[in-house]
Amino acid sequence: MNVDAVQNAAQAAQDSTADPVIFSITVFVLAIIVGYHVVWNVTPALHTPLMSVTNAISSIIIVGALLAAGPVEMNLATVLGLIAVGLASVNIFGGFMVTQRMLAMFKKRT
Amino acid sequence: MLSANMVELAYLVASVLIIFALKGLAGPASARRGNMFGMLGMGIASLVTLQVDAVQNYAWIVAAIGVGGLIGGVVARRVPMTHMPQTVAFMHSLVGLAAVLIAVSACYDPVAYGIANHEGGLYLASRIELFFGTFIGAITFTASLIAFGKLQGLLSGRPLAFSGQHMLNLLLGIVMIAAGIMFCVSGAWLPFLIMLAVALVLGVLLIVPIGGADMPVIVSMLNSYSGWAAAGIGFTLGNNMMIVAGALVGSSGAILSYIMCKAMNRSLFNVLLGGFGGDAPAAAAGGVVVERPVKSGAAEDAAFLISNARSVVIIPGYGLAVARAQHALKEMVDVLVKQGVDVKFAIHPVAGRMPGHMNVLLAEADVPYDIVFEMDEINSEMADTDVALIIGANDVVNPAAKTDPSSPIYGMPIIEASRARHVIVVKRSLAAGYAGLDNDLFYMDQTMMLFADAKKACEAIVQALD
Repeated sequence: MNVDAVQNAAQAAQDSTADPVIFSITVFVLAIIVGYHVVWNVTPALHTPLMSVTNAISSIIIVGALLAAGPVEMNLATVLGLIAVGLASVNIFGGFMVTQRMLAMFKKRT
Repeated sequence: MLSANMVELAYLVASVLIIFALKGLAGPASARRGNMFGMLGMGIASLVTLQVDAVQNYAWIVAAIGVGGLIGGVVARRVPMTHMPQTVAFMHSLVGLAAVLIAVSACYDPVAYGIANHEGGLYLASRIELFFGTFIGAITFTASLIAFGKLQGLLSGRPLAFSGQHMLNLLLGIVMIAAGIMFCVSGAWLPFLIMLAVALVLGVLLIVPIGGADMPVIVSMLNSYSGWAAAGIGFTLGNNMMIVAGALVGSSGAILSYIMCKAMNRSLFNVLLGGFGGDAPAAAAGGVVVERPVKSGAAEDAAFLISNARSVVIIPGYGLAVARAQHALKEMVDVLVKQGVDVKFAIHPVAGRMPGHMNVLLAEADVPYDIVFEMDEINSEMADTDVALIIGANDVVNPAAKTDPSSPIYGMPIIEASRARHVIVVKRSLAAGYAGLDNDLFYMDQTMMLFADAKKACEAIVQALD
């Protein structure tokens, strides 16, 4: 097999697999549809806990912050990442705990 | 060390758990378990990320999580329920700021994220995704801070309007997009920083013209933005976990904004243009305000009416929370229930400063959730109700919304208190409500005004009932 053939084969392989961005968009659109259906079923009485829990969930951004803070050598990128880890942690702990506190208040007639 | 496939599968498990967390909120009974699922999902996602190869800086990371977690925990334990709207707004701003920091970090050192091309710069796709993640994050950050300031009372809740405001915002928006496109083309720092700076300013300018009582919509909208910002950063890093969680939050906030707008009979666009809740239109028109007779009574009269009623529907508004009258009100309900009166609560979707706020305030005062009803559930029963007791609410019971096509709130869904046999309105004065409108309900034959602070009125009624 000559070099050209190898290159052609590699090119063909690239053309037949979709860009990862397309997969991301697929996941994104499907998640929006799931979110739409799940959230319409939330009872209006629990809309405040819904907001505080989604607040905690949007702090999933901690995943990105951890990657940014990951390298051992400190530079601007890691420092910013560490700050982001701290901010997201405030939200994750604060969001879930305050939601739990609110939900514990909702009681039935005794 | 988990393989890349295992990491993705763990993210899938975490995503499903987070969906179950939202699903649990369909009812109070399942919600607590749902919240546990959410914590578990978030825990799995964080732990899995901590063990990937690129993450080595453990000491510092654990310190950052510890400090952040401690602050979050203390806030969650201490914050009064009346302060939930500003707390949530503040937390949105943290998500926005975190998104901006991560975006700047990714621009500074793309190699660390594995999104660098062979020259160590960013791919075009990554630059486009960074552009979106950054400007949404930046707007979320500053807009939420302003919303926090307004709700906390650090800034005036009155809308701040000036001429050319919308033109200025439009201009800044164009500059931001232009700088963003230049960044996408060149990958240079300067347009990135200009885009970031303009987005931060735009976040402030978008919220200043919006009045305090429109905040339920704004807080919901920023909730949505914080999700889109997380999803945007997820695209940059090619991380499905962040994309799924961000999309769920984004659509949740969007639905809440829609529900709030519908409850006020306004479009999102109309809310965003702002200026609502400024000068009272009736007074500004220069018309002579006609003095109309009202029937007013004392707490004893109110106590007599409700203790002789079979059914009472209590309609609380934000004034109840301002007067911190929830606990006094609960005491009154207890006495009435003991006397065999059928007591129900009716909640308008925009009663309070954020969606569902009033339900939480009542739950905190130990009002059982199965006597608390939504507007649509209770309206069919209003005609069969002996007494409608309105505490700290005004526009949401204004019959003009149904009967007067010239009224600014015409078409807004209301709780039809005027159909009850007797109406008692607890209010400090005849002053107009948030929309600056007079309320015909106050002058109707079956209405008795009880001019008092909500808390004192409830306490006085309890005394008179004994």
